[in-house]
Amino acid sequence: MEYALFFAFSLVAIVSGIMVITQKNAVYSGLYLLLTFFCLAALYILLHAEFVAVVQIAVYAGAIMVLFLFVIMLLNLRFESDSFAPPLPRMIGIGVGLLFAVQFVWIGLGGMGAAAERNIPEGTTAALGMELFTKYIVPFEAAGVLLLVAMLGAVYLAKRKHN
Amino acid sequence: MPVDLLLIGVKAAIFLGIWLTLVPAMVLVERRLSAFMQDRLGPNRVGPFGIVQPIADALKFFFKEDVIPHHVDKALYLLAPAAILIPSLVTFSVIPLTEPFGFSLFGQDIHFKFQIADVSIGILFVFAVASLGVYGIVLGGWASNNKYSLLGGLRSSAQMISYEIAMGLAALSVLMMAGSLSIFDIIQMQIFNGETGKLFGVLPVSGWLIFHQPLAALIFIIAVFAETNRLPFDLPEAEQELVGGYHTEYGSMKFAAFFMAEYCNMVTGSALIIALFLGGWSTLFFDPWVAGLPVFFKIFVQFSVFMTKLIVVLFFFVVVRWTLPRFRYDQLMNLGWKVFFELALLNVVITAVVIGFMSVS
Repeated sequence: MEYALFFAFSLVAIVSGIMVITQKNAVYSGLYLLLTFFCLAALYILLHAEFVAVVQIAVYAGAIMVLFLFVIMLLNLRFESDSFAPPLPRMIGIGVGLLFAVQFVWIGLGGMGAAAERNIPEGTTAALGMELFTKYIVPFEAAGVLLLVAMLGAVYLAKRKHN
Repeated sequence: MPVDLLLIGVKAAIFLGIWLTLVPAMVLVERRLSAFMQDRLGPNRVGPFGIVQPIADALKFFFKEDVIPHHVDKALYLLAPAAILIPSLVTFSVIPLTEPFGFSLFGQDIHFKFQIADVSIGILFVFAVASLGVYGIVLGGWASNNKYSLLGGLRSSAQMISYEIAMGLAALSVLMMAGSLSIFDIIQMQIFNGETGKLFGVLPVSGWLIFHQPLAALIFIIAVFAETNRLPFDLPEAEQELVGGYHTEYGSMKFAAFFMAEYCNMVTGSALIIALFLGGWSTLFFDPWVAGLPVFFKIFVQFSVFMTKLIVVLFFFVVVRWTLPRFRYDQLMNLGWKVFFELALLNVVITAVVIGFMSVS
């Protein structure tokens, strides 16, 4: 049962991931990305990581994709006559993507046993919170600072044009 | 296993029944009450006091021609009405309406929880699903290929995202007091047990959380108004500016779906307000007496109390709608980002400091 669900969700995630980059309509691209997020959330639930799954939906599907769609609609990108990227960048993109895929499979095959042996905490919120605020407090805070800096940078860039 | 399936079926039927009763009833109440408040008569022709009016409305929706305008994006145009209804129904399904209780059926002992799904992450699930409600409006607005609809959709996406933050922070204060994500635990904490209870082992508390977190309750309730696109926050469908907003191009049952979704969201939002701040099925000083009743009476009382509160809060929604004028868009955004966000954040900090101080001393 779990295997069947895993393959079903993975398949939908991959297919919709491909649809994101092949769709000519930006709104449909965004919606396929949304479908990918849902499938990833379902995979997290299969891994008993409910908290991560819910955060995935609340943050990516509920906030970030809404803003993406907002921008797409505001710019009124309707129908592109061609795919977004010209040929040369597209080839480079495909090359980098393939390289990444190979690397990913390489690491996955090599590290499968090691990851299973490592004691991964249960997906409960309390356990995750304990880990985040004790063992991983420095990376956690650093990520927060990084986000703040990115936000300030965006505000600065947006403000500068007016003056 | 068959009994489990049967139980889930029964629960789904009960919840759907509650919803299908409350929504048309609310439409009628809205129309009659608004008429009363404006010194009009309102719909009073169909049946005594017009109580059969919702059925007449539904029949009319069913028999109208189902038009799909030629300029719309067909797939998304048809998806939007479904996308707006599902999140609010799913959210309602995780709210417990009474305590769990046991009984035997066909020789089997059954532990009955009065909620369709008891998800381990409780309130987080509610927020995750509720944040998806905006897609129905945005897609409806975009797929209609109409500038008024699009403006309505854009407004709603900005508005709902802005107020979700204040709503989440307000709920966070409650979660910190409860020390639990489960909605059931939050309600249980608000049950009055005849003496001052200890929260977190240290914090004295009893009774409904609206008394302990008045600011959070106020912010949460206002955010629910904004999330349901009700006046004074109904900018996405402001008639004077946008014709009908995001549902301008919709007719017959597809319009009815948008219309029902608004009331459905009200029911879900009210249930959340009750669960988080108004004590769920708690009756304040009668709680010790209710707890001593035989089990079926107890469940009946708890269910009735929850439903009564639901109806009272829904009436409040309607009265507010016909009392307040609409905000201007910049006022709405300023209020969300420059007032409620800060207040909610301040409330979280104060709650954290108080809890920390109490646990030290």
